[in-house]
Amino acid sequence: MKTWIAILASSTALFAVSCKKGEDKGTPKMTEGSDKGAMKPEPSGPVSLSASGSTFQKAFEEIAMDSFMKSHPDIKLTYGGGGSGKGRQDLADMVVDFAGSDSKYKDEDKAKIKGGDVLYFPILLGGITVSYNVQGADNLNLSPDTVAKIFQGDIKKWNDPAIVADNKGAKLPAEAIVVVHRADGSGTTDNFTKYLDTASGGAWKLESGSTVDWPKDTQAGQGNGGVAQIVSSTKGAIGYVDLSDAKAAKLHYANIKNKNGKFVEPTADSASAAGDGIDVKDDLTFSALDAKGDAAYPITYQSWVIVYAKQADPKKGAALKQYLSYLIGDAQKELPGLDFAPLPKSLQDKAVAQLAKIQ
Amino acid sequence: MTTKPDLSGNRQLGDKAFGGLAIGAAALVLLILALIAITMTNRARPVLGHMGLDFFTSSKWSEHDNIFGALPFIWGTVYTAAIAVVLAVPVSIGVALFITQIAPPWLKRPLVYLIDLLAVVPSVVFGLWGVLMLAPHLNRSFLTAGIILAIMIVPIITSLAREVIETTAQSDKEAAYALGATRWEMINAAVIPHAKGGLVGAVMLGLGRAMGETIAAALVIGSSAQIALNPLKSGDSMPAVIANQWGEASDLQKSALIGLAVTLFAMTIIVNLVASRIVQRSMQKTRGA
Repeated sequence: MKTWIAILASSTALFAVSCKKGEDKGTPKMTEGSDKGAMKPEPSGPVSLSASGSTFQKAFEEIAMDSFMKSHPDIKLTYGGGGSGKGRQDLADMVVDFAGSDSKYKDEDKAKIKGGDVLYFPILLGGITVSYNVQGADNLNLSPDTVAKIFQGDIKKWNDPAIVADNKGAKLPAEAIVVVHRADGSGTTDNFTKYLDTASGGAWKLESGSTVDWPKDTQAGQGNGGVAQIVSSTKGAIGYVDLSDAKAAKLHYANIKNKNGKFVEPTADSASAAGDGIDVKDDLTFSALDAKGDAAYPITYQSWVIVYAKQADPKKGAALKQYLSYLIGDAQKELPGLDFAPLPKSLQDKAVAQLAKIQ
Repeated sequence: MTTKPDLSGNRQLGDKAFGGLAIGAAALVLLILALIAITMTNRARPVLGHMGLDFFTSSKWSEHDNIFGALPFIWGTVYTAAIAVVLAVPVSIGVALFITQIAPPWLKRPLVYLIDLLAVVPSVVFGLWGVLMLAPHLNRSFLTAGIILAIMIVPIITSLAREVIETTAQSDKEAAYALGATRWEMINAAVIPHAKGGLVGAVMLGLGRAMGETIAAALVIGSSAQIALNPLKSGDSMPAVIANQWGEASDLQKSALIGLAVTLFAMTIIVNLVASRIVQRSMQKTRGA
């Protein structure tokens, strides 16, 4: 009899789970309690904030959250990755308190944001390297149209005249080029292909987006690390990898010709320089790709924290404000150590001013 | 406890409870399956409305142009599963025959145990092994994926084949020996004809498993939407595409990925249904004899 009861109990539990599965998953899972009349703006008692999204800013979030929680023991923060798209979706469905994202909400998605107006806080800049594995070419120069032609398969050999033209004196082998790209949908792919689209002077014939219909004889890896692994283990390979992963895998990466005609190496400094030459919109969105300035690395992209302007729970709102002001303030000095670039001063001031809009 | 408990009344109650529980459990499984099918099909509708039947016949998959054709992924799924079956079947049936007909009794149990152990290795481990050991020589390709999938389906095919083969009547085998057959001739004349149906079913169950494998395929198949016969080319399979692209997918793309899931669901259900029918029928036939 006892075992039957156990079976019955477990099967009803199973049934409950399956019923939940059957429901439309679009229903918001609001977890914030209404907080029984405690309307004080200062957080008293423990608060926890959760976030998800961009893997690009994840390393920075983790370090920043760690030191923030040490000085604010009442506030508990978690950042799950999952990609920018997931972060934006989770915020729209109100299952997280803020999202990390490398791009804005698309216009057609705005109607689905359940919690009202959102604010964009830029938090960092970073470079995407064009990394390669070629004997005898330690310091390649590449122009954007050449990069475009390599990645769409028009240039097939490392000693192609277009590559030689930018690298006088380099001994380039007659080796076949193996293009490596991301297998998973990715903000890195989105920004890299957007860059080729804007900067290659019409040479880029493929599309731009988080997944791209690449030429057939290419290789693909999961994540920046996966691409880096294939590039480092494949002779003649070339791929786009964010700076910190490229450095971690000890890859060689090219100097890319920027808008001012200078070949610039990807570093935290040159990504910062790109931040100086950008046009920022009123909502603090912008693109750091193909920025002006002699020292600017042209394939530089950015990441935002997205939050709701109206915070339903004042305790959470106050905690969020505190964390954000740390993220765009003191935490910025951690960025170069992670091979990211801090925000330029002008942008940082605008972001600090925008904090007042969180209510 | 010296007095005997009154079993009769209790038993009736117990029988009823158990009967209800069993029916409930069976209905629950069907309900879950139906719910999955309904919600998935519902959410795949936008892409079918947008693409029509081209969803199954177009070979272009582009988020940017909002064109989603599943054909390369259907091809990749079928092709890698076929490679896996071709590689796994001789090994599995060979092992099953060895265990049942040739191996000395003391070797049987450890062998069975070892093969079953292969089934509990997480697929991501096989996938990573493929990335590190096979991909440098064979590329990330249909063949690499096929080899990994083959290793993963060997245990299923082997254990089913073993069970089917073991049902061969001892009298049949002895009859073959009595006629002067060698061991191979005995297997060929008594075991194989007897077990044929069950073996086909076992192979098809392996095929169904290979078609649905996600993470190992995603790691080694190369993620290229192409239809190619050359096994050393990169391709992509339906479960791998879903796993890779879901996170950053746009709305219509999500619907397209769910469309892939529905297609895969339908394909694996058909394969598995056919397989279990074949297995069942052959079991009935042999047991009845």
